[in-house]
Amino acid sequence: MRYLPLTPADRAEMLGVIGVDSIDDLFADVPVAARKAELFDLPRHAGEMEVERHLQALAAKNRPAGAGPFFCGAGAYKHHVPATVDHIIQRSEFLTSYTPYQPEIAQGTLQVLFEFQTQVAALTGLEVANASMYDGSTGCAEAVMMAQRVTRRKKAVLSGGLHPHYAAVTQTIAHAEGMDITRLPVAIDAEAAVIAAITPETACVVVQTPNVFGVVTDVSKIAEAAHAAGALMIVVTTEAVSFGLLKSPGEMGADIAVAEGQSIGVGLSYGGPYVGLFACREKFVRQMPGRLCGETVDAEGRRGFVLTLSTREQHIRREKATSNICTNSGLCALAFTIHLSLLGERGLRDLAAINHAKARQLRDALAAVPGVEILTPRFFNEFAVRVPGGAAQAVEALLGDGIVAGVPFSRLDPKAGLDDVLLVAATETTTDADIAAFAQALKGRTL
Amino acid sequence: MTMLNVGRPTQPQTAVPVAHASLTGARGLLQDEALIFELGGWDKTGVDLEPAALDASDLAGLTREAPIGLPGLSEPEAMRHYVRLSQKNHAIDLALYPLGSCTMKHNPRLNEKMARLPGFADLHPLAPISTAQGALQLMDELAHWLKTMTAMPAVALSPKAGAHGELCGLLTIKAAHEAKGQGHRRLVLVPTSAHGTNPATAAFVGYDVAEIAQTEDGRVDLADLEAKLTPDVAAIMVTNPNTCGLFERDVIEIGRLTHAVGAYFYCDGANFNAIVGRVRPGDLGVDAMHINLHKTFSTPHGGGGPGAGPVVLSEALAPYAPAPWVVSGPDGFKLVEETIDEAAAGFGRMVAFQGQMGMFVRAYAYMLSHGTDGLRQVAEDAVLNANYVKARLSGVMSPAFPDGPCMHEALFDDSWLEGTDITTLDFAKAMIDEGFHPMTMYFPLVVHGAMLIEPTETESKQELDRFCDALIALAHAAKAGDVDRFKGAPYLAPLRRLDETLAARKPKLTWRPEPTTVAPAPLAAE
Repeated sequence: MRYLPLTPADRAEMLGVIGVDSIDDLFADVPVAARKAELFDLPRHAGEMEVERHLQALAAKNRPAGAGPFFCGAGAYKHHVPATVDHIIQRSEFLTSYTPYQPEIAQGTLQVLFEFQTQVAALTGLEVANASMYDGSTGCAEAVMMAQRVTRRKKAVLSGGLHPHYAAVTQTIAHAEGMDITRLPVAIDAEAAVIAAITPETACVVVQTPNVFGVVTDVSKIAEAAHAAGALMIVVTTEAVSFGLLKSPGEMGADIAVAEGQSIGVGLSYGGPYVGLFACREKFVRQMPGRLCGETVDAEGRRGFVLTLSTREQHIRREKATSNICTNSGLCALAFTIHLSLLGERGLRDLAAINHAKARQLRDALAAVPGVEILTPRFFNEFAVRVPGGAAQAVEALLGDGIVAGVPFSRLDPKAGLDDVLLVAATETTTDADIAAFAQALKGRTL
Repeated sequence: MTMLNVGRPTQPQTAVPVAHASLTGARGLLQDEALIFELGGWDKTGVDLEPAALDASDLAGLTREAPIGLPGLSEPEAMRHYVRLSQKNHAIDLALYPLGSCTMKHNPRLNEKMARLPGFADLHPLAPISTAQGALQLMDELAHWLKTMTAMPAVALSPKAGAHGELCGLLTIKAAHEAKGQGHRRLVLVPTSAHGTNPATAAFVGYDVAEIAQTEDGRVDLADLEAKLTPDVAAIMVTNPNTCGLFERDVIEIGRLTHAVGAYFYCDGANFNAIVGRVRPGDLGVDAMHINLHKTFSTPHGGGGPGAGPVVLSEALAPYAPAPWVVSGPDGFKLVEETIDEAAAGFGRMVAFQGQMGMFVRAYAYMLSHGTDGLRQVAEDAVLNANYVKARLSGVMSPAFPDGPCMHEALFDDSWLEGTDITTLDFAKAMIDEGFHPMTMYFPLVVHGAMLIEPTETESKQELDRFCDALIALAHAAKAGDVDRFKGAPYLAPLRRLDETLAARKPKLTWRPEPTTVAPAPLAAE
């Protein structure tokens, strides 16, 4: 077998050094009842060609986003990733290293994490960021748990514009810990309703901008109301490119910002692996979940980086840790950092401007289709439209024209009663021809 | 072409001083590399984007005014920056990486290639189900392999890492207890040798944690377990093979006792590599176990992630699994995404979307490559390699549990260093100078000065011998009083020992411009 270097002669010699007769002697502690002498009922080993053939056949049954006009967003976005990014993350020294527990031989990973943390802090307008979470949704749940630790209160208010998966993850995890989570009714422009739900017992409010319907909101007023009640303001963003155009969470009074970083450097990959961005005000840093990389010096006074403040973490604090997270999303954080280094300030602003322009172009094209109603008043690169006859039906019909029209809101939340709402996104990868084809096909259907 | 050597010396002419320092901070091929914030230009970019006329008239008052503070690099600069940084990392592709409990094995590049097929890599998580049939089929086939290898009837694929899998397992257990009117159970029992994630996870979902004592021979103390198994206990969490690298001989009895009081048996599957293909957790009475695809099934660790932690579940727990999951029917594969209707008992959702598809592809490529026969060989070679290391090093180091075989990792304590003034940490740092990544240190907590060595099955006998020879030489040096070799180590790494106390006392977690640095000017309007 190509991944196993030992030869039969090696094995025999090694058993001799150990002083046993057979490999079975090394498994002597396994109860007799649990020893399996025979192979399991699964295929036997296969060469590279055979494996490749099987997986290529499976891949061929999927339609990649790049195969034609494509308008899905809703928490994951199709963006162009420079070839350099994928090359660097496949370097052995990044790909096949472990968590940097031995900093003297992990400065590559550690310096990247320090750059990542600084970039995330800059994007979110907050003072500190951690070395990544699994993704945006789990980061959102962790933020709510963190607010509970900071405020010692047990209630959280989730805006009705929060991505339904994020709300579900947060409810699942925070509820288990004994928190009382209020998810406000789903509505397209729902953010103002959050203020009325704040009480003196509220630990935090969670508001997404742009929200799941694409609505961009200045959360400053909500943050003021939250702070007046002693609650924390958590701002969630699922489209990280929007940081290149919109006010940062920190500027609007966020105490914790959580974002999905997939748009920058990380592919779609059917939902993962992605990278959660997590930033907060410096005064809360000791309640943060996850790994933190910090600057220090070595024995000769040279600058270096280490994992730090680990007394918050599970491997030191065990049941008193701020989170149970261990493995995070290091390689995706690296991809994010490389892509963002290539973009720089100017590139990110340009990219954001292009995304917004494409979405406006799409909005104008769809608005001209009779029967179609644009529902999102202010958006970045994604908005909601009402499609007569149902969004899922429209998506199904347009697939016949080779167009993936977007995400029916009912796919995310079948109980919301918004069956005719379609979420559509445009990015720099969207062409004029894509938009024209979409509008044309939709027109053919609604007429 | 041969290089002209006329007129230039072809041999070293003078002896090189031992402690030679460069004038620039570079060390030959190792560059002294600044941060991007010190290198990059505020108006520089490594991408060519077709400029768009920005009309943000819909977004009045909502746009960012001040600079973000992001430097850019051109493509050649970026390539060099990150390649230079990469060269400061140890990696499994470079040498043995014997981190116990971490299973640092070879990462086949076929897996990387397969994960990058556009049908997987460029597939949107909410793409219409009819356009993602291959992905769903892959998840279904992966699930079949995981269930067959563990003799468990169900699997939740979505957890994103081992600890996330633990969380999923305990939430499933909690939901099952609540459904049976047993929601009052507040306690989770965890052995003292457990991974830190176990008690952290139990606390994270609101359980109280009590520790189970360990016997002299490194296993769960059955008498102590039995005494603590009260009607309050919701679950026990046991790692098997455990973190001492030993198989829990009484595992079936542990399961029986646990079930007898109505509690569930959670198994931490971090060490599944030792038994894959040979032992099925379902035959041991396990109710839930996460499988770290980034350990046993070789998806790369990537400097700390991403991982994937699917959780296999027993019949009793299967109805409470979180959304989503794949079902197959006459019309192809479907994805159950909501805990309603047939999934109403499910406890909720662990993540947005479906989990770590990129890791599923890699792990499945690895499983197909090995097959059922190869995976059995994986466990056997992993255990053989660990026992070989244990046998070779036992002459100079002190194994924590000398009697009987270990499983996939060999555990030593620091009693053999007594009187040398050298600690486990010093010894580990000296290994760096010899070209090896240190083993896991000071874990498990139950063994003094623990050194936990997990070589994995992908090491050749030659590499194991090279490693053992190095450790034996170091051990002799330690016993011979060569203290400086250890106290000052590492000498030859990109950096010397780092001041972790300083880092924690005055945390500096982001780069900030020195007062003298000119702040970025606002960008000119396009």
